Amino acid sequence: MEFPEWLKYSKEHEWVNVEGSVATVGITEYAQQELGDVVYVELPEAGEKIVKDDPFGAVESVKAVSDIYAPISGTVLEVNDALPESPETINEDPYGDGWMIRVEMSDANDLKDLMTAEEYAEYVEKEKEAEEEEEDEEEEEGEEEE
Amino acid sequence: MEAATRSLTAKLKKTPLCAAHRRLGAKMVEFAGWEMPVQYRGVIHEHLAVRSRAGLFDVSHMGEVEIRGSEALDLCQWLTANDVSRIKQGQAQYNLLLNEEGGIVDDIVVYRLGEDRFLLCVNAANTEKDFQWIREKAAGKASVEDRSLHYVQLALQGPVAEKILQPLTVVPLQQVEPFHFALGNVAGNSCLVARTGYTGEDGFELYCDPADGERLWSRLLEAGADAGLEPSGLGARDTLRLERALPLYGHELNDGTTPLEAGLEWVVKFSKGVFLGRESLLRQKERGIKRKLVGLEMTEPGIPRSHYPILKQGVAIGEVTSGTKSPTLGRAIAMGYVQTGEAAVGNTVAVEIRGRQAAARIVPLPFYRRGRTTNSV
Repeated sequence: MEFPEWLKYSKEHEWVNVEGSVATVGITEYAQQELGDVVYVELPEAGEKIVKDDPFGAVESVKAVSDIYAPISGTVLEVNDALPESPETINEDPYGDGWMIRVEMSDANDLKDLMTAEEYAEYVEKEKEAEEEEEDEEEEEGEEEE
Repeated sequence: MEAATRSLTAKLKKTPLCAAHRRLGAKMVEFAGWEMPVQYRGVIHEHLAVRSRAGLFDVSHMGEVEIRGSEALDLCQWLTANDVSRIKQGQAQYNLLLNEEGGIVDDIVVYRLGEDRFLLCVNAANTEKDFQWIREKAAGKASVEDRSLHYVQLALQGPVAEKILQPLTVVPLQQVEPFHFALGNVAGNSCLVARTGYTGEDGFELYCDPADGERLWSRLLEAGADAGLEPSGLGARDTLRLERALPLYGHELNDGTTPLEAGLEWVVKFSKGVFLGRESLLRQKERGIKRKLVGLEMTEPGIPRSHYPILKQGVAIGEVTSGTKSPTLGRAIAMGYVQTGEAAVGNTVAVEIRGRQAAARIVPLPFYRRGRTTNSV
């Protein structure tokens, strides 16, 4: 799985690309894989304020809705208008054409809470391991039961 | 983004195919107390495979209750809405278990195994409830057994299902009509082969011994590979049944919903004689129903989901029970209950989606019926 080095990452699986005071935000490769086929995206409009750790939009697979949480606070400058028409772009190119919003950050300190690519890769590994451990435990238990 | 998969707790039941699903790369989720594959390659991919070719589902979580004895038919007639006496050995029937108030205890398929033997396929979430309910009502007059752990159930669904299955069995599949079944070998495994399903496509449901389950699963996947058979998960099963407007217990149906409200009056055979819930349903029929299950199609962006309010001029008139973006039609669709006066096809309503109102239209059900592109019925 790919986590580009130049991006920063949140625990809610968003990525942030920082250029000066402007941050571009999307969801990670791991997030899109976990979601499955994205069929609908709901995003804020330019000019709206977003608040760190609050939902700023939603992505939907055929099966379910997931909130997208703001990794930083600020004002939305631009929204990826191509996504509502072709939400599958988020699956196909999560770090490129699948970007969601560009934000004028209101507090550069917000970035301190984000992870580097290396840290995020570890974080994802731990999440996956936790899942697999549970699965393994279950399997062992299952065998005992039989 | 929230962690998309709910982590699996340790107490989940597993079908004998669990390891096989993992080897195929399935994403496993909890469903009705079972650990089940929700998807392999992707819900849309699997959905479209079933519509155009075929999909293979492990549906071993479904429960099976067997009723036996000289009073078995009488018990079935008393407990269900449909007329079980109309099916002969080798036939199956969609049916409803009703309570005294006419509410739906479960929606089931009854297989007549013999004169005095009936196998009821029940919903996974209801297996225990149904079993207790039936046993209590049987009051010792018929033998009632929970056989759920004695069956692996696989659903082979799609237009090429028969072509895939026929080379593996001597059962003449062309003679097995919809809602009929035969007993026979499939790839060397003893099976009940039923022409039933929950996808809106032609297909079969195979019941076999759990010990043979994994072998049957593998042989079917091998046999279907060239025809484009795809292992398919509960995600696609849900979108397929929703397009065909097949109700899902816990969504469209529950103990407080009657078949008249749910558009299932065709199942209720008032003329067959007494049955549980009959008087209540007759009263409701006379007075008229207050709410009705309808189909909705969004005319503004947004995907309706279970429990979203349905509004008319800002006033709540009902609630969505199931919704998705239809992979076949490419449009956002839903089923839901609305007040009878607002239920007419063509009525424009709104669905409240995360605090915003999005317009929708009431449309006829089902959203999808097979063969409609070729004009056959």
